[in-house]
Amino acid sequence: MQNKKRNSKTSLSRKFRLSEFLAENIIKAVSFTSFAAIILIFAFVFREAAPIFFPQEKKALSSEFQQSETYGEDPADSPKNSLEEYASFHSGASDVASFENLTQKEWQPVGENPKYGLLPLFIGSLKATVLAILFGAPLAILAAIYSALFASKRLREIIKPAIELLASFPSVVIGFFALMTIATFFQSVFGFTYRLNAFTGGVAMAFAIIPIIYTVTEDALTAVPKYFSEASLALGATKWQTALFVVMPAATPGIFAALLLGFGRAFGETMILLMATGNAPLSTLNIFEPVRTLSATIGAEMAEVVFGDTHYTVLFFIGAMLFVITFIINAIAEFYVRAKLMKRFRGE
Amino acid sequence: MMNNKLLGRSIVIVSALAALIIISALVYILLDIYLGGRNYLTWEFLTSNPKEGMTAGGIFPAIVGTVLLVLIMSVASVPIGTITAIYLNEYASKTSVFTKMIRFAVNTLSGVPAIVFGLFGLGFFIQFIGAGVDKAIYSDGQLHWGQPNLLWASLTMAFLTIPVVIVSVEEALRTVPDDLRAGALALGATKWQTIRKIVIPNSLSGIMTGAILAIGRGAGEVAPILFTGVAYFLPHLPQKLTDQFMNLGYHIYVMATQSTDVEATKGIQYATAFILLILTFSLSFVAMIIRYRFRKKLKA
Repeated sequence: MQNKKRNSKTSLSRKFRLSEFLAENIIKAVSFTSFAAIILIFAFVFREAAPIFFPQEKKALSSEFQQSETYGEDPADSPKNSLEEYASFHSGASDVASFENLTQKEWQPVGENPKYGLLPLFIGSLKATVLAILFGAPLAILAAIYSALFASKRLREIIKPAIELLASFPSVVIGFFALMTIATFFQSVFGFTYRLNAFTGGVAMAFAIIPIIYTVTEDALTAVPKYFSEASLALGATKWQTALFVVMPAATPGIFAALLLGFGRAFGETMILLMATGNAPLSTLNIFEPVRTLSATIGAEMAEVVFGDTHYTVLFFIGAMLFVITFIINAIAEFYVRAKLMKRFRGE
Repeated sequence: MMNNKLLGRSIVIVSALAALIIISALVYILLDIYLGGRNYLTWEFLTSNPKEGMTAGGIFPAIVGTVLLVLIMSVASVPIGTITAIYLNEYASKTSVFTKMIRFAVNTLSGVPAIVFGLFGLGFFIQFIGAGVDKAIYSDGQLHWGQPNLLWASLTMAFLTIPVVIVSVEEALRTVPDDLRAGALALGATKWQTIRKIVIPNSLSGIMTGAILAIGRGAGEVAPILFTGVAYFLPHLPQKLTDQFMNLGYHIYVMATQSTDVEATKGIQYATAFILLILTFSLSFVAMIIRYRFRKKLKA
């Protein structure tokens, strides 16, 4: 190879090489954008949430003094330590976003004595997400089983794109539908005290996660090698026995991945919950009461906060948490489960 | 034996029922929203401004705002997504750390919640870049770029839709047979020439699909633009990139949740939701058909 190149007219190909070099490197540089985007998102969401991790003196000074919340007796320490202690010294005070303040049991960001307890929001997010999974996942997985294993080829070509079209429904439209139709329907059937509640929000969000759970499960089921089911059929098992006892177990990691991805999607979903859950930050476990989720809190309150104040910082902190949580869930789904699935099909 | 048969049949029936429930829910949502808004669905509704405190008139500015948003968005996200896909499929070695990094980033990016993109847009574009530009160029101490506007909202949305483009284009690139590449290279074309003259023209439909899917996604998402540029009502259409804009999805959200007289605007809300739904629905339908024909052609 090298010899041939040297023998040909190098003067001619020189200019070509430059354009090749440029093309490849420009393309490479542009493709770095996605990675840069992740870094930037991480950096800038955390940057705005930074005062929580590094409390500023300015805010601590303006806050109220609450002796009972202190720990650390000796204020005369190294400068870094004293700053930390100073912050924790004031942690129970009204407008400081410290970890003590974030672990309270109430979310009451507006008022004379704002409380930034994230617990009710966490419970709200979990309630809505779990409900969405409970409603959506069985439907989606069963539908995937049907279209991958039982349906005729023609029927499959209708079902699959139809369910995937559901993914193109904007979440604001699903939220609107939930607000107008689902909520009214449920209230008239079950007689809820609150028209908008976690239950309604969960049902609505099921629509948002059905397509993703369906698609991933379907892929996992169809990826099971043909010889698995052929061997089973040859041994005399019926079609459904093969489906239930051969194909399904082989695809379990894929189905698990689908559930995780659905969970991640639901946990970060904003518009549906903002419109259909009633948005009251309660920390009860009753699923028929209104809830306020982490994501909906950001969506509802960010427009009204003063840039840079504590409330603003806390909202960014919630965003950072959402980012990290969905990131971890997706990473587990991606790496652990897919790797396992691949390993299984290639022979353990 | 009898029991077994019964069990088998019931599994098939239950799973078929699940598929049926999902599809009928889809049809029901479409019908419900259409029926709720059908009295308002006129040409005038699409082409006139809102009147009388949003209780009458049309949604023209919201449509214009949405179109501008997705156009500026695709100018940024389609080329970046396409080029990334070309890199991943044509240049990258599968095992290099750089490639793994990019793949990992694309996967992660597609899983980031939409609302976090909104926070990112606010923190990065508005508070960092926008405010920085204001400080550097203008000395009047007023906000020009350091506030929510059309450009920042579009760029925020672009970040959200890059993975959509990448996935779609990559799929198309993978379907270009290696024989074509080998043929071009054997005739003396360089790698870049092969990509430009052979690979890209043969995967144009994939790039189209990617762009269409990205536009559909961008038109439907509301969370990323909530605090990066959208406005509920503006008397004028956006004239420049630093203007705010109206948006179909946001229009629905505000009218349905914060309107003082929900009943009076109910029909308008349904009609707006229907327009948005039809827009995103038909976009992904078109993308699906292009993709389907493409696959069929490939098999033949």
